[in-house]
Amino acid sequence: MRIVVNHIPHELPALSKVSDLLQLIAAKPPYAVAVNLQFIPRTQHAHHLLAENDQVEVIAPVTGG
Amino acid sequence: MTAPLPLHSADTLVLYGEAFASRLLLGTSRYPSPQILENAIRMASPAMITASLRRQGSGTAIAESGFWELLKKMAVPVLPNTAGCHSPQEAITTAQMAREVFNTPWIKLELIGDDYTLQPDTLQLVQTAEHLIKDGFKVLPYCTEDLILCQRLVDVGCQAVMPWAAPIGTGQGPLNPYAMQLLRERLTVPLIVDAGLGLPSHACTVMEWGYDAVLLNTAVALATDPIIMAKAFAQAVSAGRMAFLSGAMTAQDSAEASTPLIGTPFWHQA
Repeated sequence: MRIVVNHIPHELPALSKVSDLLQLIAAKPPYAVAVNLQFIPRTQHAHHLLAENDQVEVIAPVTGG
Repeated sequence: MTAPLPLHSADTLVLYGEAFASRLLLGTSRYPSPQILENAIRMASPAMITASLRRQGSGTAIAESGFWELLKKMAVPVLPNTAGCHSPQEAITTAQMAREVFNTPWIKLELIGDDYTLQPDTLQLVQTAEHLIKDGFKVLPYCTEDLILCQRLVDVGCQAVMPWAAPIGTGQGPLNPYAMQLLRERLTVPLIVDAGLGLPSHACTVMEWGYDAVLLNTAVALATDPIIMAKAFAQAVSAGRMAFLSGAMTAQDSAEASTPLIGTPFWHQA
């Protein structure tokens, strides 16, 4: 299935979870995740099932004003 | 988060029940290098430093991959922001992600209404702040100097508000002194000037008006010598606060000699 991560499309097997996606993109801590504008807590990464065309944001800390 | 100061310490900044020794909050963006950023933070000794979140793998995140280590090294309380958010849901979700990443309930709420002026979306800011307050966040909302807006933010539970002096990054200093001073007269919550300051004298001025703290970034980061400028701002904030507490003289129109007139030599009564 097609999943868009940080505005870049990826192909994942059906029934993939957030944790599978993070492994695919080699996400490095620290990061946080949102799916379709909803925050997914770390405790849910191994449980939250992704669906076709889900929009996923994986964000990291940077400088800010 | 470092241990808060005892509340009996003289003239501490108290936000959401936590005491801070400094009344300067410092942004971390736009510095020439991480080392200069680190040195500026050390020189300023701010109450908090601000940080943000961007897509992992983006140019920003890659370029700043060492920032996390710097945050841990500095051990200064971090105030994450929701910079770049244009909708309440974006801001809420970003705040929730920031809470997890930075392990803090503090959030600088930015909800942008216009990409040119970076003016807050005043029409949706209050409901967004209310949602975050109910979700347990300690919200410091970036807002305008509008009295009604600030009062509504307080009404929904914000224990401090952060009106701008001028648009972000412009360095113009307070553009609407009347409205900013009116806010101080009417509101009892801590007021933190956030955005638009350019000179230490700007910071000193707002502190003289009775504002509780200032938050600035560009004025230090883009100075020719950010480290010295960080110190200048720290001293200006302190000077302005002391001036406010000491009760400045009232300005008057007519001159009044400082030196006593009696005994003036060569004086002849007409």
